[in-house]
Amino acid sequence: MSVTVRIPTILRTYTGGNAEVSAEGATLAEVIKDLEANHTGISARLLDDGGKLRRFVNVYVNEDDVRFAEGLETATPDGAGVSIIPAVAGGC
Amino acid sequence: MAPVSQSVAPDAFGPAVALSCRECGARTPLAPNFACTECFGPLEVAYELPAGDPEGLRKQIENGPNNIWRYAPLLPVSPDVAERPSLNPGLTKLVKANNLARELGITGSLHVKDDSGNPTHSFKDRVVAIAVEAARTFGFTTLSCSSTGNLAGAVTAAAARTGLRACVFIPHDLEAGKVVMAAIYGGDVVGIEGNYDDVNRFCSELIGDPSGEGWGFVNVNLRPYYGEGSKTLAYEICEQLGWRLPDQLVIPIASGSQLTKIDKGLKELIALGLVEEKPYKIFGAQAQGCSPVSAAFKAGHDVVRPQKPNTIAKSLAIGNPADGVYVLDIVRRTGGAVEDVTDEQVVDAIRLLARTEGIFAETAGGVTVGVLRKLIESGQLDPAAETVVLNTGDGLKTLEAVADAARPTAVIRPTLDSFREAGLA
Repeated sequence: MSVTVRIPTILRTYTGGNAEVSAEGATLAEVIKDLEANHTGISARLLDDGGKLRRFVNVYVNEDDVRFAEGLETATPDGAGVSIIPAVAGGC
Repeated sequence: MAPVSQSVAPDAFGPAVALSCRECGARTPLAPNFACTECFGPLEVAYELPAGDPEGLRKQIENGPNNIWRYAPLLPVSPDVAERPSLNPGLTKLVKANNLARELGITGSLHVKDDSGNPTHSFKDRVVAIAVEAARTFGFTTLSCSSTGNLAGAVTAAAARTGLRACVFIPHDLEAGKVVMAAIYGGDVVGIEGNYDDVNRFCSELIGDPSGEGWGFVNVNLRPYYGEGSKTLAYEICEQLGWRLPDQLVIPIASGSQLTKIDKGLKELIALGLVEEKPYKIFGAQAQGCSPVSAAFKAGHDVVRPQKPNTIAKSLAIGNPADGVYVLDIVRRTGGAVEDVTDEQVVDAIRLLARTEGIFAETAGGVTVGVLRKLIESGQLDPAAETVVLNTGDGLKTLEAVADAARPTAVIRPTLDSFREAGLA
């Protein structure tokens, strides 16, 4: 399962400045594992010490916030777009 | 993101010295960044505030301009900020609400901080004014935001006054008053087919894209500066009370930023000796149709589960509130609570405030007054204490919400007989 991952500015130091990278995996957890294999250090920015998604990271698979789906177990179908976005934006 | 402007004057941010992560404490230089590179936590402005001479500082503030710039020594702005073009918001009325107090059974004093009196009729002018200063310092040429409505108008108006380009993003189905207000000042107003959380996500992606380069998003990459504008609500309330802390505050929650910054402002006033320290309680108010923070508070959780909003209080309709967890911390620390009200209760509360005090609040004000009533009825708020409730926007912007509940009493022919027949004599 190959997906495209959009990388926020603050993580592009791990992707050589690339805003989009490809990754493999049938679930979000597998995609993050694959990202780590190719971009060492990125996983620790996304996951806390307990292996859970950090509370200030939003991840979308296609249009859906994974917190409304299955979290790290959310399926990532072939060709899906995964967006990683800092959660602290917006509002007042 | 690196600053657009390469050279920033040493006093461009006044007493602000760094950005600091609320989660892990990591410090970074003052720049247009909003999320910690270590843990994604929110960055906020850290200061070296002018301690040691509270009397002198109080006099300086009291002799300052009749707007938020009187508090410039406590804000991330240059000391000469008042001389530059600005909408000059702030110093809105603190209304002693005796009629409302009587109606609600409040025996202590009740005040309404009525921020509908700002230049674009909501508290957003405060936060935008600070963000504009940061945008200019960093050399941004376009001012932008994701907005539930009030912010869009505040941004387009501030851009008009300060000569910046504006391009703002809103959910496509906002109240007509807010859309017109945002569009009238010029610039681009873009409706997004989705809810506020979708708009916010779009802006967060745009900012990382080359097409968003040179853009200052007031509540994204300028968010640490922008949020500080809400501290001025705390400063004004205390100054208007005669440099005293109130006992209880009822504050609306959208992202939760405003509530956290009011708490920050109160703590600063205590630390600087501008007010005498005493306990105060902060209460948060949400609409039931978008109550992720209230739900977390009531369930005893320290994380906030996002919701899909469905409420007439569109200015508070943020289902994934960025500062929700900090609201929970503050409310619990101060002994307050978070409560929510139905849309019907929001409309009732708008009418109650209008009928008792002559203040026409937007739906967010209906939420705070509705929650105030609920908190008294449930015994969570002390009716004998001094309470301040916030109205953050003008009812003229959300006419749709109350249009059915506020109709002419009668339509008659222009004769005395018609008047009598209608039972109005």
